Amino acid sequence: MIDYLWLVPALPFLGFLVLTFFGKKLTKNAISFVGAGSVGLAALLTIIIGIQFLLSPPDGNFFNQKLWTWMNVGGMSPSIAFHLDALSLIFIFVITFVGFLIHVYSTEYMREDEGFARFLSFMNLFVGSMLVLILADNLALMYLGWEGVGLCSFLLIGFWYKEPANAAAARKAFIVTRVGDTAMALGLFLLIVNFNTLNIQDILHTAPTQWTAGNSTAVWIAFLLLGGAVGKSAQLPLQTWLPDAMAGPSPVSALIHAATMVTAGVYLIARNHVLFELAPSAMSAVAIIGAATLLMAGFAAIVQNDIKRVLAYSTISQIGYMFLALGVGAWSAGIFHFMIHAFFKALLFLGAGAVIHALHHEQNMFKMGGLRKELPIVFWTFLAGSAALAALPLISAGFYSKDAILWYAWSSNKGSLILWAAAFFGAFVTSIYTFRMVFLTFWGKMKTHVHIHLGNAMQIPLIVLAVLSLLGGFIETPHSLGHITIFSSFLNPVLPEVQLNHGGEFTEIILQILTALTGFLGIYLAWHFWYKKPAMVYNFKQTGLGTGLYKLWLSGWAFDWVYDTLFVKPFIKLSQINKDDIVDQLNIGLAGLVNWLHSVIKKTQNGNIRWYATGIAIGLVITLTIVLFL
Amino acid sequence: MLGGAAAWIADRFNRHFARNISLIAVLVAFVIAIAYTAANYVQITSSNTSLWLVDYKLSWIPSFGISFHLAMDGLSLIMVLLTLFLGVLSVLISWKEIKDRTGFYYFNLLWILAGIIGVFTAVDLFLFYFFWEIMLIPMYFLIGIWGHERKIYAAYKFFIYTQASGLLMFLAILGLYFIHGKTTGVYSFDYFDLLGTKFEPTMGFLLMSGFLLAFTVKLPIVPLHNWLPDAHTQAPTAGSLILAGLLLKTGAYGIIRFAIPFFPDAAHAFAPYGMIIGTIGILYGAKLAFSQTDLKRLVAYTSVSHMGFVMLGVWAFNELAFQGVVMQMVTHGISTGALFILVGFLYERTHTRDINSFGGLWAQVPKLGSMMLIFALASLGLPGLGNFIAEFLVLSGSYQANMIVTAIASIGLVLGTVYSLRIFQRVFQGPKIKEWTMPDLSWREVIVIGSLVLVIFWLGLYPQPVIDTVKPVIANVLGYL
Repeated sequence: MIDYLWLVPALPFLGFLVLTFFGKKLTKNAISFVGAGSVGLAALLTIIIGIQFLLSPPDGNFFNQKLWTWMNVGGMSPSIAFHLDALSLIFIFVITFVGFLIHVYSTEYMREDEGFARFLSFMNLFVGSMLVLILADNLALMYLGWEGVGLCSFLLIGFWYKEPANAAAARKAFIVTRVGDTAMALGLFLLIVNFNTLNIQDILHTAPTQWTAGNSTAVWIAFLLLGGAVGKSAQLPLQTWLPDAMAGPSPVSALIHAATMVTAGVYLIARNHVLFELAPSAMSAVAIIGAATLLMAGFAAIVQNDIKRVLAYSTISQIGYMFLALGVGAWSAGIFHFMIHAFFKALLFLGAGAVIHALHHEQNMFKMGGLRKELPIVFWTFLAGSAALAALPLISAGFYSKDAILWYAWSSNKGSLILWAAAFFGAFVTSIYTFRMVFLTFWGKMKTHVHIHLGNAMQIPLIVLAVLSLLGGFIETPHSLGHITIFSSFLNPVLPEVQLNHGGEFTEIILQILTALTGFLGIYLAWHFWYKKPAMVYNFKQTGLGTGLYKLWLSGWAFDWVYDTLFVKPFIKLSQINKDDIVDQLNIGLAGLVNWLHSVIKKTQNGNIRWYATGIAIGLVITLTIVLFL
Repeated sequence: MLGGAAAWIADRFNRHFARNISLIAVLVAFVIAIAYTAANYVQITSSNTSLWLVDYKLSWIPSFGISFHLAMDGLSLIMVLLTLFLGVLSVLISWKEIKDRTGFYYFNLLWILAGIIGVFTAVDLFLFYFFWEIMLIPMYFLIGIWGHERKIYAAYKFFIYTQASGLLMFLAILGLYFIHGKTTGVYSFDYFDLLGTKFEPTMGFLLMSGFLLAFTVKLPIVPLHNWLPDAHTQAPTAGSLILAGLLLKTGAYGIIRFAIPFFPDAAHAFAPYGMIIGTIGILYGAKLAFSQTDLKRLVAYTSVSHMGFVMLGVWAFNELAFQGVVMQMVTHGISTGALFILVGFLYERTHTRDINSFGGLWAQVPKLGSMMLIFALASLGLPGLGNFIAEFLVLSGSYQANMIVTAIASIGLVLGTVYSLRIFQRVFQGPKIKEWTMPDLSWREVIVIGSLVLVIFWLGLYPQPVIDTVKPVIANVLGYL
């Protein structure tokens, strides 16, 4: 079956083509069948390939399938070829499986929309591009998937394109990520200069033989690739597009945040971990960016009113955790958190989508409330997802994945007390904003009535994801709790183990307990401030400091304003001033000069005999003078 | 066999013709060219055989060493194929647009095509100059007679720019002719005779400047680009297609074929400045494209930006960049040509090109919108479409020559995204500004655009045939440096 690997990305592309060309003629059921079926088949195929891969691993623990040579110029010859190993297998499993659940959900959620076929065709294209990105055996092909993902985000965020705000959000997503992509492209050029190849495995094998750690070229390359990663993964300083990306329909957000797009940066760094290990300063940058982002986004999430914006900032924050893990060399911990995060974030977005759907497009949490009894399945599954996001100890998968990151942020040889403290404080903030959201939405008085009741296509994906969000963590547990390492052992052939520096099992347990306690403290605070005594928050908001903080955090630390002032406005201003192309004035000036000369000389031709006679006389005098004196 | 394609076309079209006959004629020429390529593909791409595939020589004015000498290598072949392909399309899109004086119109159209093919195949410099002028005059008529509101102004501007620079090139050709004659005693305009002529450095630089000026006006580079927006905007759709798709490429072709091999030393001296000029073109063109409100003018400025990549790559002097330049010549011809055609379709339906009068049209004309999206994406360099290969190769090649300039040039990728998305979003997304009664694409229009879509995807996913075809030529040019 592994020989059919190419079908995994090909199936969603096929779905995309069928829906694009025949979408108008198909019935809604047929559209659903094609749209969800193509990804479903890909997921099934992935699972079969995965089982085969586990039972009888291929030689060298990887499988390479070359379809054709893309281009061959001067020995640089990227191919259309796929590379399957433990790392890419985990990613394609999450993408196809979670992607399939989101597609199933969409068949009900978007069914009444006039662009139903268009929607599913773009979703298929999205999944297909992401699979190409993951499976690519060279960076050029990866760049194809990378840009394809950017394009799909543009198409889907701006899906309801008649609203100018949506179109603007779509444009923003594409352009901001493109800034990162350009940095990445420069990184690729630098790799070509040095290796004359873009094949990832070749580069990873050759690089350590050419460079020692800290080599300046390696550092440049790592930083440029990091530029691409922060763009796609919405990390500082290119995170601004993600909160606006909420303009798309909820399943799109689920897909972007859980299965595709934002995790691409994590994958890029993990895939090229050798290059990053050769560039210690880039590694530290990854960790610092991760730590700063997770705190920044966490605070922004506390004050958002729109339920989807809370989730958006929480994604930025959680990806920050993954970056932190990668930055301290805890590769498999980062990937583990990616997987668990995909489960619970897809669940939360789909749950939020269900709430919004049921309340007739109401997204403001302060107009929700009391939905516990009205939407029980949504409530319980959402609660499971929130538990995982807030990393409630023992019962949630998020605890195991996040706890590993916290532990390595402290104990790894690249870790430090500051990194741990940031992650620790971030976890505290996370539990506050998560349960603020839960209390506002599901507790209290009902403010908007439920209009629609949900069908199976929406509820079953929620249940499946809820189970995974609770139980998915048991494949990798810390020393204190059984020390199961199925996940990291599986990844070990691809990603090296983390190098520990300080701390023993006792410290680990102390830190775990600390984290658990602060998690509960966060929940208590959320309950106190947003359920029990909302007046306190309200009063604080009225003070000068409160208003300032509120505005700053609501706008996501005012990054948009800074970029607008620094880049967007000057560019627009400049293009308005110079709309008619200043260089053209040169031509107009030249033409004017000729015209003026023409008019001057024309005046000499006035039909006046005396004037002509004078002219002849003067001419004669000048000529004679020249002849006589020279 | 194809050596006389240019003459052949010129001969047959020296009379009055209706659209059917011109279509058949160009189509036949195109089919012959394709059949030739297909039949000889192995020979074309192999590096062992002679570089020149076809060589056709007739004595013309022997006393001055002028002959009717055409020859074709891989580069010429690619460009001839592109010319004929876009030629077929240009006839098809004029089908309904041109209603008066059709005979004279098609006469001009085909003469331009013949002139362009001549330019791509002439290896006698006198003949080359002759063809260079042939493509100019019918184009002047095309803009001046069948153009839009400010057609006379645009036609004059186009004519004066190209004519003036062409004369400088002619001076340079004469200079080359006499210097070569003096040193060797053989007075000849033949390309192969003149290759390898030795000059004093200043003389070489002056002569190269003469050539370069003509070529860079055509290309165009900033600040010699001002004829282009006016000419493109005012020309009829087929005129814009030929201008953008083909005429600009003669400039790039000239640099690769003549300017660099004749004057390798001067070229080396000029190379860093050439790359900087290219970079300025990329950024300045992109910025101006963003500020336009006239759709055709907008697309015209994207050409300035894209041709900046050609200018950047051609002076990097390595295989990657040269391959990228050739790819850019082909893919830009396809993608920008397609954008002009699409804008032409919009204009036929609404009689306006003002971007502010459109909006939210996607639901109404989904095919037109999707096509516009595809080519807007091509123009911003989305991988999978041909332009990506071109820009990727140019940038990775020029990166090896000059890292800083290339890094600045790659800002163009971001700006390209900004203006390309603007084209699509302003017309097809957002709220509706006006209600237009507008049919979606007809079968004729679908054929025209559909063929371009297929080609741009083919070039994006499997560009190897083009790369292999021009490979020997590039090796040869690099040999002179």
